[in-house]
Amino acid sequence: MSIWMLIILGGLVTYFTRLSFIALYGKIRFPDWLHRSLKYVPCAVLTAIILPEILFSSGHLDLSIGNVRLVAGSLAVLIAFLTRNTMITISSGMIILWLLEFLR
Amino acid sequence: MNAAARSFWDGVRAETPLIVGVFPFGMIYGVLALEAGLPPASAQAMSAVVFAGSAQFITTQMVQSAMPVLITVLTIAIVNLRHALYSASLAPYLTELPLKWKLLLAYLLTDEAYAVTISHYRLESDMESKHWFFLGSGLALWTSWQTSTSFGILLGALIPESWSLEFTLPLTFIALVVPLLKDRPTLASALTAGVVAVLTYQFPLKLGLVIAALSGILAGLWLEGKRR
Repeated sequence: MSIWMLIILGGLVTYFTRLSFIALYGKIRFPDWLHRSLKYVPCAVLTAIILPEILFSSGHLDLSIGNVRLVAGSLAVLIAFLTRNTMITISSGMIILWLLEFLR
Repeated sequence: MNAAARSFWDGVRAETPLIVGVFPFGMIYGVLALEAGLPPASAQAMSAVVFAGSAQFITTQMVQSAMPVLITVLTIAIVNLRHALYSASLAPYLTELPLKWKLLLAYLLTDEAYAVTISHYRLESDMESKHWFFLGSGLALWTSWQTSTSFGILLGALIPESWSLEFTLPLTFIALVVPLLKDRPTLASALTAGVVAVLTYQFPLKLGLVIAALSGILAGLWLEGKRR
């Protein structure tokens, strides 16, 4: 019983968080600074997700060259910058990671 | 193929590398949920109703340690706070849509659907059928999350960890973020968010992620203001 209650309430809070601004936008006026801040959401959030995941991939902060995900991730940034191609970036990043793990 | 269908399939295609990374997670969730004592039907229902990976992982732990429902729900709310940022970020692109579309797309707004959709909206200028792209990426992720949960529940975690498939998630995000870093404010906002996220990584309930994102946004705004 309480499991189902948990699922329904958990689903509702998640859903309304996701719906919040999508539903309100256009109905209430957003101040100018809020508008301008939206430009930075994707670069800020996505980098905030990526960087710790890579640096803490072994369970603790590892900035050494022995952190294969750090090496593969850094090369992927370079490849993304040079090619601007999602598929090339992802596939070469995976191949580099597999090679490094194999060589280790 | 008409514009709507083309947009839809573009969204599905853009989501594909993230599905590769999400699939092992879905299976692990299924396994952990059963270990925590959730009946299979509830474990699957949580994937369908809550539909948020990291919140579901934390919820299984809390169920296992018999935490009260309200505290668990509050935890889910905090862990999922970042979705409000996604909602704000996509809202201007969806404002012309009828309510039923907004209600549907909000349900499909995950980290992974957000990442490909916002980068598509930023780089392609406005198209009539852009909500179909969001629907395609969102449904693609939804289907794979439900399927991988079922696989995990019924068959266990099939994909060996040594394949490192989940690394496609950060790689895809890298491929999506790099083209968005066009000037100093965007670059500063990404770097600030990244550094703060590392410094606050040990904070509970993914609070560090929200703090990091807000710091990055402020850094971008500040540099932008200085240049004017």
